[in-house]
Amino acid sequence: MFTRSVVCIVVVAWFLLTAESSVADDNPNLGEVVSLADLSSLDLTIMPNGEGLPDGSGTAAAGATVYQENCLACHGAGGKDGLNDTLVGGHGSLSSDRPQKTVGSYWPYATTLFDYVRRAMPYQAPGSLSDDDVYAVTAYILYLNEIVGEDDRLDSNTLPDVRMPNRENFVWGYAPD
Amino acid sequence: MAHKSSPVAGNGLLDRRFFLKAGAASSAALLSAAAYSSERPAWMRVPGAPMSESGAPSEHEAHLRRTAIGSQQGTTGAGASRTPLELLDGIITPSRLHFERHHSGIPAIDPDEHRLIIHGLVDRPLSFSLESLSRYQTVSRIQFLECSGNSGASIAPEPVQGSCSQIHGLVSASEWGGVPLSVLLQETGIKTKGKWIVAAGADAAMMSRSVPMDKVLDDAMVALYQNGERLRPANGYPMRLFLPGWEGNMSVKWLRTIKVVDQPAMTKDETSKYSDLQEDGVARLFTFPMGVKSVITSPSPGLQMSEAGIYQISGIAWTGVGKIRRVEVSADGGKSWADAALDEHVMSKCLTRFRSAWRWDGTSAVILSRATDEAGNVQPTRDAVLHGRSSSGFYHYNGIQAWRIGTDREVTNVYA
Repeated sequence: MFTRSVVCIVVVAWFLLTAESSVADDNPNLGEVVSLADLSSLDLTIMPNGEGLPDGSGTAAAGATVYQENCLACHGAGGKDGLNDTLVGGHGSLSSDRPQKTVGSYWPYATTLFDYVRRAMPYQAPGSLSDDDVYAVTAYILYLNEIVGEDDRLDSNTLPDVRMPNRENFVWGYAPD
Repeated sequence: MAHKSSPVAGNGLLDRRFFLKAGAASSAALLSAAAYSSERPAWMRVPGAPMSESGAPSEHEAHLRRTAIGSQQGTTGAGASRTPLELLDGIITPSRLHFERHHSGIPAIDPDEHRLIIHGLVDRPLSFSLESLSRYQTVSRIQFLECSGNSGASIAPEPVQGSCSQIHGLVSASEWGGVPLSVLLQETGIKTKGKWIVAAGADAAMMSRSVPMDKVLDDAMVALYQNGERLRPANGYPMRLFLPGWEGNMSVKWLRTIKVVDQPAMTKDETSKYSDLQEDGVARLFTFPMGVKSVITSPSPGLQMSEAGIYQISGIAWTGVGKIRRVEVSADGGKSWADAALDEHVMSKCLTRFRSAWRWDGTSAVILSRATDEAGNVQPTRDAVLHGRSSSGFYHYNGIQAWRIGTDREVTNVYA
């Protein structure tokens, strides 16, 4: 999340860099400079450390309402038995014959849930939820999975600190050069 | 030296040069003999149709369609369609038959309004229009794209009975043309801490994936063209990321933003979906290259055999690490193998067409193919692929495929 002072620093840095560095002569160099102010609404990427999280907050108590209105039809009551992905349960099932990969049992980062809901959900009207609603419904799904409390307030400071139960059970199949 | 029609492996497998030497006479034996008439057919008695602005397949080829089209419940655009591999030859997939995998349908993008924005840990965040990208020197590569869920049906305890395309049709190959992403990143500059990018699309899901910078600088492309024309909407019009050899989900369609970052963003698709759960409960993230693989497309289920005699066994092979070096074929369930002939076009990270000649004696037979790539990787058996996997682990399945040909001339899927 860019604060105004960070934006100023970055803009100043950019002018210094453009003055110093050059680009290849055989490149038509047709890229147009982008205003940093536009980027937070264009690119909704949230990093695991919380970088990119917007202002706002929400609790599971508020999220229950958001869920009923926007998520229930596809994901079922309580995040189970819906038409689409099961969001809740499956804890301890991953090494069984019937692994159940849900947000609670499988997903390694809570920031991913916020990122995905904000960019892609609800399926029929992505982008229609306020940031407060996204925090709230994120909290509700985590609450149903017994990862946060009903009144725990999630915001840009607290969400990255949520420890997902399956976090340690991932290894990388890719080693950078 | 053995005669070309002498068997080179068990159950009638013939020398791979059989067709080259025997020529058209024996190839004609593959076709059922059409009744021959000395009269002019109807289409030779009147002038034919005029020219047109855009062509279409023969009306007799209407069956040539994508298969196994399915979307998640409650949606129409969150699913896949498959390339009819068993009805195609060569290595290029006609654009209209390229497989599809969408996460929220095909967006109706106005190309004049669309922009690609590169930002994050760069010296200069920049925006590129389609018009401006079209002025860059484009590169062309003929390469495959495979969904990492392709062939996932093969983890089922019993063989799924479906066509080759229903099981393996989430792979296609095209000539992709576009601008190397490295050229655009040279223009934006990359800060020292920039080690990954996060690419996102202009679809309603804003589908996003993280890609390591060494791949980006190696051979990532912002593709604008597919088989000579602008990308089809289903393949990312007006621009898509193309990452040769890597799991298809990463080649983000309708490419809209690229954010240079210091670590992966751990997006929904790269963590909760395209990760490989093992039987011990540990999951592998970032298993990017597609493994060495081949499949016989003919004969295959749905293509009924005719009488006993000489047949061409033909298929495709590919690997995410480079070129296919060798494809072996067996006609006796894997007891003996012989090298197949590879078509002339053996290209890196592309489909390679292989062909063998086979004298089918009309009895039950199991045919298989096994590919080896230039890095020495050999296509594994199904058992080897599944070893250590979770029962739900269907991504990156590249096991050897066996087809059984019955005395009833039907071809079925079997585990050999």
